[in-house]
Parts: sequence; structure tokens; C-alpha cells
Amino acid sequence: MAFETTETAAKGVAGTGNTSSAHLEFVGLSKISGPLVVIEGIRDVGFGERVEIVASDSDVRQGRVLAISEKAAVLEVFHGTSGLDQADTRVRFMGRPFEMVVSKEEVLGRIFSGLGAPLDGGPAPFRGEARNVNGFAINPVARAYPEDFIQTGISTIDGMNTLVRGQKLPIFSGSGLPHNDLAIQIVRQARLLTEESSFAVIFAAMGVRHDEAEAFRLSFEESGVLNNVAMFLNLADDPTVERLVAPRVALTVAEYLAFEEGMHVLVILTDMTNYCEALREVATSKGEVPSRKGYPGYLYSDLASIYERAGRIHGRKGSVTQIPILTMPDDDITHPIPDLTGYITEGQIVLDRMLYQKNIYPPVNVLPSLSRLMSDGIGEGKTRDDHRNISSQLYAAYANAKQVERLASIIGEEDLSVTDKKYFQFAREFEKRFVNQAKDEDRGILETLDLGWELVMMLPSQELVRVTPEQVEKYGKASHTCNQE
Amino acid sequence: MKEADKAQNPEVIFVSGPVVKASRAHLLSMNEMVEVGAERLVGEVIGLEDDTATLQVYEDTTGLKPGTRVIGQGMPLFAELGPGLISHIFDGIQRPLTELKEQWGDFIQRGKTGTALSRERVWQFTPTAREGDKAVPGQVIGTIQETDAIVHKVMIPPGIAGTIGKIAGPGGYSLEEEIAVIKTSGGPRSIRLFHRWPVRQPRPYVRRLMPSEPLLTGQRVIDTFFPLAKGGTAAIPGGFGTGKTVTQHQLSKWADADVIIYIGCGERGNEMTGVLTDFPQLLDPRTQRPLIERTVLIANTSDMPVAAREASIYTGITIAEYFRDQGYDVALMADSTSRWAEALREISGRLEEMPAEEGFPAYLASRLAAFYERAGQVKALSGEKGSVSLIGAVSPPGGDFSEPVTMHTKRFVQCFWALDKELASARYFPAINYLQSYSAYTEAVAAWWTERTGPEWEKLREEAVQILQEDSKLQNIVKLLGEEALPDDQRRILEGARLIKNDFLQQSAYDPVDTYCMPLKQFYLLKVIIYFIRRLKDVVDSRIPLFRAMELPVVEQIHRAKYTVSGEDIAPFEQMLKDMDQQVDQLLSRNQEANHGV
Ligand SMILES: Nc1ncnc2c1ncn2[C@@H]1O[C@H](COP(=O)(O)OP(=O)(O)OP(=O)(O)O)[C@@H](O)[C@H]1O
Ligand SMILES: [Mg+2]
Repeated sequence: MAFETTETAAKGVAGTGNTSSAHLEFVGLSKISGPLVVIEGIRDVGFGERVEIVASDSDVRQGRVLAISEKAAVLEVFHGTSGLDQADTRVRFMGRPFEMVVSKEEVLGRIFSGLGAPLDGGPAPFRGEARNVNGFAINPVARAYPEDFIQTGISTIDGMNTLVRGQKLPIFSGSGLPHNDLAIQIVRQARLLTEESSFAVIFAAMGVRHDEAEAFRLSFEESGVLNNVAMFLNLADDPTVERLVAPRVALTVAEYLAFEEGMHVLVILTDMTNYCEALREVATSKGEVPSRKGYPGYLYSDLASIYERAGRIHGRKGSVTQIPILTMPDDDITHPIPDLTGYITEGQIVLDRMLYQKNIYPPVNVLPSLSRLMSDGIGEGKTRDDHRNISSQLYAAYANAKQVERLASIIGEEDLSVTDKKYFQFAREFEKRFVNQAKDEDRGILETLDLGWELVMMLPSQELVRVTPEQVEKYGKASHTCNQE
Repeated sequence: MKEADKAQNPEVIFVSGPVVKASRAHLLSMNEMVEVGAERLVGEVIGLEDDTATLQVYEDTTGLKPGTRVIGQGMPLFAELGPGLISHIFDGIQRPLTELKEQWGDFIQRGKTGTALSRERVWQFTPTAREGDKAVPGQVIGTIQETDAIVHKVMIPPGIAGTIGKIAGPGGYSLEEEIAVIKTSGGPRSIRLFHRWPVRQPRPYVRRLMPSEPLLTGQRVIDTFFPLAKGGTAAIPGGFGTGKTVTQHQLSKWADADVIIYIGCGERGNEMTGVLTDFPQLLDPRTQRPLIERTVLIANTSDMPVAAREASIYTGITIAEYFRDQGYDVALMADSTSRWAEALREISGRLEEMPAEEGFPAYLASRLAAFYERAGQVKALSGEKGSVSLIGAVSPPGGDFSEPVTMHTKRFVQCFWALDKELASARYFPAINYLQSYSAYTEAVAAWWTERTGPEWEKLREEAVQILQEDSKLQNIVKLLGEEALPDDQRRILEGARLIKNDFLQQSAYDPVDTYCMPLKQFYLLKVIIYFIRRLKDVVDSRIPLFRAMELPVVEQIHRAKYTVSGEDIAPFEQMLKDMDQQVDQLLSRNQEANHGV
């Protein structure tokens, strides 16, 4: 399975699972503007329904109805409007929203376009049920609270920002930072401490480079999971508007595998920044009043309609865990894309350019990172009884150590107080030994916690206010002596 | 016949997301509730112009076509008020989510469902009024034990007055059954166990009272430093992940209100699930009954339709007022009011209204003001005293408090609990910034504290505030020169502030003991800390190095007190005060001896 694509496959003669026939067909567009077209004199067309736009050269493009009145409809064209002419373009109204046909056998081990058309030369899935790619909101009453610890083997995540099954935990990165390596490492190493169960990986690319997508594919192949993976690729040179559909198609498949087939599904969505830019492009062509930085005011709701499609459901076996990746424009965490994402997701893993420049991998800055579901996934019986406290202590110590570093840069390291010197040392060791690890290093949770203890024991005992004296005795002293031996 | 029938109804002429336009607007009135199409999608008239009505539809409009029938419901968007609210969860337009799940399964579908309150369930009604009694609006005519924690008072709905012509005897009744008849000047009016109330209209009361009693939350930084009063208003602004939701969950769990209304407005599904999972298991410290027995949940999660998000706030506050009218102290949490404001913005944008700041409509401020105005302690029509306290989370873009929703909210609330990104990233919780936050109720509730803890409360509190303020000034120097550069009498302030911050203000929501702190424990913990800081002065004055005092065993006891002392047990604190004096005295006298020895 390689994704050498043929022209026709890429364009998707008919989107996968969208083979139903048109109920209406009209000819001629009254207006073309950016990715939007307006068609007049139509009737019996519904809001949000899928359309096929047939250019005069018989090239078929997918689209949907954005607004509808008695006389006219505004359509969004996923492959863009270039090459369309006003007079001869035909529009087929399909009478249904955008759908994807899913069945386990027909999607796993496959590669599709962002619209769900096969790119691997295989047939379009036809055996399963056609599902609306927009999905439906999970009733909060039906949700089961996520609380099963997933060990990723990465200390900054497992120890301090624990991932649980059914969580949505994005990676906030910057251009050029190794977010792909981190995501690949998570996919390779992620496992549950308690049970082995059937799992799947859904990978959705939005506007990423060919080589990035290929790196993911290779890593899936190397770790022998390829047959449990479905890839949905909208690459950098694919139409931008298609990016709006890609994550929804991918999540439709993920939900099916999780909630109908009982699989634990890990969904990687990359790069959400490209997704948001596509959304902005469409909003601008519609002439909407923009809110911050030109992004539409409904960016929050739109992103939520993607990110909320994660979780667990009572009485159903599987789960959808999301790891969206986004690059923060100018490394700015207050930019609307990371900002609104952080307001929706259950935490974030933040990569830091300074750490990267210090040659630390993965360059996770734990201070702005967070896992909101951590407290329910850790502790006695799940990881270890001291987990919460040692994590909190590491946070307190590292936050303080960072201030000491700032002070040291002003008054010099030598003039620091005895305690501050220890903090200064702590920051270095923490970054070098706890944060830093090899790309194939799979640290167990106990190893991570012990390492944390070893580091905080560098500090004077009265500084350890977040852990109990009993814990210091039990875990701290042990790690200390074994370190000295 | 059919054609004529059709011609009598308004029809859809335009659809763009939740905004729908309909013809024959003369058949509809402003704010009237409508049902659209065969699926009976629920909507509301939000504009009328040139015989065209603008509707906001509370459900997904995919597939909706021009020509679809619109049916006016003859009344504005309402809430059903009666037994069956408590311990239930509803969506933004009061559709019952548990019944929805039973009917349709795990995913929410659109369209009309049954009623908000169950019509089948039979309630045990006990009349408290008699035939021939005078009947006034709001008057309680009977009671129902709705849950073990809440007695539901059946009231004569506002607007109905006269004499009681008939009243049902004790027994089981369902919602639709007549339980009383009121003879009014306009003829007899039938009373049932529930009535409807338009959500956008505040419920009437006799008069407002001045808030004077604290709404205790068990959170030290709030109760002691920035107290909320029953009937008061508070805002919790903060960037993502700073602790708005956890704070609101804490308040829902431990606040000494009778009824909690929790509105998840455009936030995460799992957070509602968390409440639904935890609250049946946690006990209310006052009644020892499960917390769910005093809680009403409204959920319009971020993936649910945006127009219903706008309505969810009003549905919630109407239910809050209804319990206030029964004489209860109600606390309402709205998480997050920013999502509500954004819903307003989205609808406004689709209506192509002129935007004011950052795309928000010009009426944002007046809508916010009107919402917070519905808080208050009142003498209700029933003659009872009741209150609604409003606690709204605000989610400013980029965590920047100068944006419109935070700025306007600040004008209308009396408590401002500002969350701080720096504190949160050091996992210092609650991340309430003690320099930026304020409460206008401190004076009003001082009498309550003084009465219960003695005259010292105000003094201790002031001293603590002062130390924190001095500390923040000194920290500027520390940042440049390090702590070593300061003389011991100033380092005493730093050490003291550290004690206040770490051992008093910091409080973990996840620690089984520390999650809730009784007022008396708050007082004593503060007292021990402040007394110790005072004693540090003696140490410094005797030229004893400060660190020697910080190594005294009592310091370790102070560190641990919040986790170890539970309930109202004050003996350990009395002991600490004694130990402290003894240990400090010993330190001083040894030092003196040593000096004499030289
Ligand atoms: N009082 C507290 N005690 C312990 N931990 C806390 C406390 N408050 C917040 N936290 C921690 O901070 C995390 C984020 O808090 P919370 O979810 O309340 O943030 P928020 O302000 O509501 O964010 P958002 O705007 O994204 O919803 C929690 O998951 C928890 O780990
Ligand atoms: Mg929140």
C-alpha cells in the first residue's frame, strides 16, 4: 500500500460511499467567488445537502449547500472553482448530506483521499452503512467518563500529563519542531497497562507535505500495525476546501470502529492549523464578518464539532482517543487556533523551541502543558499512589527553577543562594534526564515516577511541600540511595 | 382544503445554519416559539420585517428546504416548572436528556420529543391551603417531597389571584391532574402541579433584600478573601486550563445553597458526564444526602446546536428563580458565559447586524447586565426569603481580560475571581490571583464571621492581605537581586507570604480532606499562620537567623494541617498555638543564653 495516486482517484469520481444518484440536476451558475458558487432557479433543495459540480470537461467536483433560499443556493466546492465556467457547469443535488460508507474490512489497511475516495487502487467501500460525516453529538448521559491510563512511555506525558482512553489531547507545536516524531512515538509505544485489546489508528492529514505523510506510513509499516491503520490524506497540493471534510470523514470511520466494532481507536489529526486556514478562506469568500485574526466567529463551535468526537460510551466496548497536532503561528499560544483548541480539548502537550534548541527531545514544556483527565487515570490501582503528589511537586519545583534561571541570568549563577543553586541544578537535570529521552526509549510509568523522585530529592527537604513525609520516606529515600549506589 | 390549509401557514424561504427566514410573518409574533417542518424542529422568532420573520432554530437544520411549513406555538420560549426538575439533566431548551437517550440511543437526534417533565410520574401531594382561603400569586398551596433533600412547594403561578375554590386532598397526582381551582375575577382557573414560564422574562417577587449572608463554598481563598454572598454575583475569568470548571464544580459540590443549577454552556460533554457520575456518590455535608438530590443540570455542550446555547442560560436562570420563589437559596453556575456571548455573536453575524467590538453585537452589554440582574436575594411572592446567586465563568480569548465579554461582565458583578495562567502552570490551585481579584461583599459578610469566630476575623484577614501585598512588592526586588539580598525583617514577609500561599490559599480539589474546608477550620488555620508570622518578628528582632525558626517542628504541622485536620475539630489548632509559643520561646531563650555565654 503506497499512495501513488492516479488523477482520477485523487479527484474521486464519486466520493466513497456517496454513490447515490442525484435527485435533481441544474445547469449554469449565476456567480463564482472563491470556493463558492451561486446557482439560481432551483427548487426542492435542502440546506447542507451534498452536490456534485460537473465542469464542462466532465470533471466532477464535490460540494455542499451552504445557504438556500427560494430562488438560489450558495454552494461550497471542495475542489475549488478554478476552471468552472458559468454557462455550462452542471450541478447535481444528491438529496443527502455528505456520507461515508464504512465497514471494518473495507477501511482498515487502506488509504483514502480527504473526501474518502480510495487512493490505493482498491475499491470504494460499499458494504457498510452510509454515515453522515458530520456525525451526531454524543448525549452526555450516554458518555462514560474516560479513566483508563494509556502508557505512552514518554515521561513528560505519563508522569505529568497523563493520557487516558477516550481523551482528546492535542500537541501544540511550532513549525520545524518534532511533533511528527512525537506522534509517531506515541502511536508506536501507546498501550494500556491493564489489557491488550483490539485497536486501530486513524490518520487524517490536512495540507501536510507528502514526505510527512510518508514518514507516518513508513512508521506504521515498520511497527507492523499497517493493517490496523486507515489513512485519509489531503496533502499540501490538494484542494484546500477538502480539508474541511477530511477530519470529519476520518472521525466517522473512527466512531464506527470504536462504537460499532468495539475497537480502541487512536486518531491523529494533522495539521489543524491548515484546517482552520481553509475555514477562514471559505468564510472570507462568503463575506462574513471576521472575528480575531480574520477567523470566523464560529471557529470555536466548528472545532468543537471535530474535537468532541472523542470519548467512550456506556455499554459499548471501544473508545476514540484524539491526538490532534497543530502548529502555532509564530509559536504564539494565544493565537486563535491553539487558544480555541485549548478551550475545547482536555489539555494540551506544548512543544517548546528553546528546549528544542537545547537538543532536548521531545521538547515538551510541561508548564503550559496539561492533561485535564489525569487525576482520574492515575493513583493507586492505576499507576501508583504517589503519582499525583510527585507530579505536582515536579511542577512546583520546575516552575520555581525557571524563575531562578531568570534570576541567575541577571545576577549570575554564583550569587544565587544555596537553595536557589539547587533549583538551578534541578532545572538542568530535569530537562536533561526527565524531559529528554531517545526516540525509541519506552519508559515504564514506575521508572518515570522513580526518576521524578530522584530529581526532587536534589532539593532541600523543606522545599518538598507537595508530597507527604511518608512518601519522601518510601519513594524519595529509596530512589536516592539506589541512585548513589 | 389542503391547499387552503397550507396557505394559512408561514413557510421557510431561506436557510443558513440556525438562521431561517419565513414568509407570512403577520401570523407570528416576536419571540414566539415555532415548530418547523415534519420533524418539528424547535425555534424562536427573533425578528419581524416586511412580512418576513427571522427564526433562530435550536436544532441542526441540515436538509431543511424552502417551502417547509412553520407553525407558531402561540407563546414565547418557555420552561416547564414543577416537580421532576431536581436531579435531572436537560438540554438548552429543556429537552430531557435521559429520556432522549432511552428513546433514541446514545447520540442526540433532532426534533420534537416528549415533555421536559414526566407526565406519568405520580407525586405525593400534601395540601397546605384550604378551600375558601385567599389565593395570591406565588402562594404555596401544598408540598411534595421531590427528593430526600428538597421539598417542592407547589405555588399558585404568578398572575393568578382570588380564592381557593377547590383543593385536592393528600394523595398521589401526576403533572396534568388538577389539584386546585382558583376563583378569580375572570372566572375559575385550574391549577396543576406545574406551570410554564417564558424564559426570557424574570419571575416577579415582592422586593429585593440586601445580600448579607455569605454563600460558603468551603474554598478558603473565596470564603476568607473574596467572599460571595447569598444572592450575589461572581465572575471567574481565566484562560483555558486555569480552573474555571473545577472551581464551579467545587462550588456546586460544597456551596451551602439548597439548590444548584449547573449550566454547561458550550463546554465539554465529559464535564457534564463527570458531574453525572460524581454527584450521585458525593454527599452534601449539610444534609448527608447525595449531591444530585439538590442539583439540576442543563447541558448544551459545544457540539450541540449553537442557538440552543444562547437559550440554555435563560432556561437555567428561570429554573433558579422558580426555586428561589419557593424560599430556597439557589446557586447557579454558568460555564461558560463567553460561549453564550459567542452564540449571540454568531446569530447576530448571520442576521448581518452591525457588529460592535470584536464582532459582538452592540446589545452584548445590555444582555449581560440583564442576566446578572436576575441574581439577588428577595422576598418572594410566597412571603419567603429566597436567593439566586450567579457564578459565571468567562473564557477570554488568549486569556486577555481586556476583551469585551470580560470587560462588560466586570461592570455587572460584585465578585471577580481572576484566574492566573502562571499560577496554574505551576499547578498552584485554585489559581485565583489574590492581587487582581476582589469582592464587594467582604464588609457585608464580616458580621457573620465575627459572630461565629470572634472579633479577630477581620483583623487576621487584613493582616494576611497586607502581607501578600508587601510580598508582591518585595518579589519585584527578589526577581532582580535574589532573596539573599533582603534583610531578615523583609524576608520574614516573604516567608510569611509563602505560608499563606502554600498552606492556606492553595487547596486541592482532589484531596479527600482538603477539597472542602469548614469556616471554623479556615479561621483557625489562618490564625495559626498569622500568629506564627507575628512571632517571626520576635525571632528577627533577636537577630536569630530566620531559617532557624522555619525549621521548628510547628512549621511542619502548619504545612500538614489542611490535609490532616478535618471537620470542625479545633483542638489540633489550639495545640499548635501552644506548641508554637513554646518552641519560639525556647529558640529565643537559647539564643539569649548563647549571647550571654559569649
Ligand atoms: N482547585 C483545583 N485543585 C486541583 N486541581 C485543579 C484545581 N483547579 C484546576 N485544577 C487543574 O486544572 C485543570 C484545568 O482546570 P479546568 O478544567 O477547571 O480549567 P478551565 O478554566 O475550565 O479551562 P477551559 O476554559 O478550557 O474549560 C484541571 O483539570 C485540574 O487538573
Ligand atoms: Mg472549563
